Amino acid sequence: MINIQNLHKTYSSERGDFEALRNITLTIQKGEIFGIIGLSGAGKSTLLRTLNRLEEPSSGNIFIEDTDITCLSTPELRKLRRHVGMIFQHFNLLTSRTVSQNVAFPLEIEKWSSDAISKRVTEMLDIVDLSDKAESYPSQLSGGQKQRVGIARALANNPSVLLCDEATSALDPKTTQSILSLLDEINRKLGITIVLVTHEMGVIRQICHRVAVLEQGEVVELGTVKDVFMKPQSKTAREFLSHLPRTTYDHEKLPHEAGKPVLTFSFNGETANHPVISQAIKQSGVEINILSGEIDHLHSSRIGNLTVQLSGTPSEINNALSFIQSKSVEVDVVWNG
Amino acid sequence: MDKILALTHLIASPTLETIYMVLFSTLFATLLGFPLGVALVVTEKGGLLENETIYRTLDSIVNICRSFPFIILMIVLFPLSRIIVGTTIGTTASIVPLSIGAAPFVGRVVESSLKEVEKGLVEAAVSMGTHPKDIILKVMIPEALPSLILGETLTIINIIGYSAMAGAIGGGGLGDLAIRYGFHRFQTDVLVAAVIVIILLVQVIQGAGNKIAQHVARHR
Repeated sequence: MINIQNLHKTYSSERGDFEALRNITLTIQKGEIFGIIGLSGAGKSTLLRTLNRLEEPSSGNIFIEDTDITCLSTPELRKLRRHVGMIFQHFNLLTSRTVSQNVAFPLEIEKWSSDAISKRVTEMLDIVDLSDKAESYPSQLSGGQKQRVGIARALANNPSVLLCDEATSALDPKTTQSILSLLDEINRKLGITIVLVTHEMGVIRQICHRVAVLEQGEVVELGTVKDVFMKPQSKTAREFLSHLPRTTYDHEKLPHEAGKPVLTFSFNGETANHPVISQAIKQSGVEINILSGEIDHLHSSRIGNLTVQLSGTPSEINNALSFIQSKSVEVDVVWNG
Repeated sequence: MDKILALTHLIASPTLETIYMVLFSTLFATLLGFPLGVALVVTEKGGLLENETIYRTLDSIVNICRSFPFIILMIVLFPLSRIIVGTTIGTTASIVPLSIGAAPFVGRVVESSLKEVEKGLVEAAVSMGTHPKDIILKVMIPEALPSLILGETLTIINIIGYSAMAGAIGGGGLGDLAIRYGFHRFQTDVLVAAVIVIILLVQVIQGAGNKIAQHVARHR
């Protein structure tokens, strides 16, 4: 879908050259949600913006489908851009236009008939759930609503790629969630390839399939989100992960079986280093099925959380629990029935 | 009472002359200056159609024209008035230097209004594959509209001021009246009356400009 080869971007100024992107080679698959993460100044936005040449690459090639976009002429580039949607951190909606006129903009410049435009605008506003705001002006909307208009506008003429430049960075956590779910839904329903740039690992965790970690203009890590979260290789990735808030349990997804309680064990400091679980199994004869778990390194100590399902006779379960509690492990009941 | 009637009679036709001069001069100055302002914005560094040579040339022309004291510019432009209107005397003749004198001013006002449009909006339009012509017409101008209206108001008021000067060298209108009666014939009452009418004109135009700009800005 998108194939970036040996991409370089150098900014020249009187004080010398600054290499914003160094030798970037990566492939983004059709239909995937690809994340680019990095600290400020790592070049992540620059990289994203070379994909529709808002930023001109200094050297290297970028193929979108089979077109090398680095050799397009200005009119060809305009044509390409009409099929590469983009949304922005600060939404960039036209204040002089209503919501529906904003969504209509890309269609107007493509000279759609006014009937076709109004039909498409209605359709798009329905997708982003803003049909009731069609005649409002952007100044009357909340940040989340503005970004929804941005999304509707970016998708209006059926792009094959959607570029998201820090699209949720100006939004509060709850609104971020809803925008991310919307992007995820769009990706699944319409099959649009999404490339997003963020400095929030939570965003990557929630919707990305694969992620590239950028450090000083270089890709230092590239892989599935699962791999990067489980075995972060680069310093930047490890730093990002250490700031990540705890995963909250999705209660719907945990098994609910009669007589098999689901519990959370919290280990801290000392106990995180002891083989408490295997000792509990040996002593009580209970079976312990680990559902999820994580260990975080905080400063000099380690803390861990383990969500487990116990199965055995009621007395076995009670024995196991009292043993575990005696090792100063906190036990919370998640489900018991 | 008779005196007031006579004054009113005396001042009516110069007032109409001033309105006529200002109206047409504003029109022509805008026709010349608006494209100039747009050209300055799009060719400047980082602009939509960045072009240093064009920008520098236009920028210098504007600066040179604006450095001329208006009364000198009028004299310099007498030959042009003669070519276009056939004479250098009268209200119609003074429309030529008024328009040309105000055009660079309009250019600067338009330039600064368009510069206020957020860069992100232009960038969003670029990212959608918008032709520069559409970016100017559908993004920059509509977004800057309230500010452009205030700029145009400023231009009209400026031209009223210039038109009074045009009066001094045979341009007609309220300036001419004030100088001929108030200055040369020591009729202070006529001078005062002319000034009052000019003040009223300025007040009405500024008020209307503010109202229209507010109206446009509120609907967004």
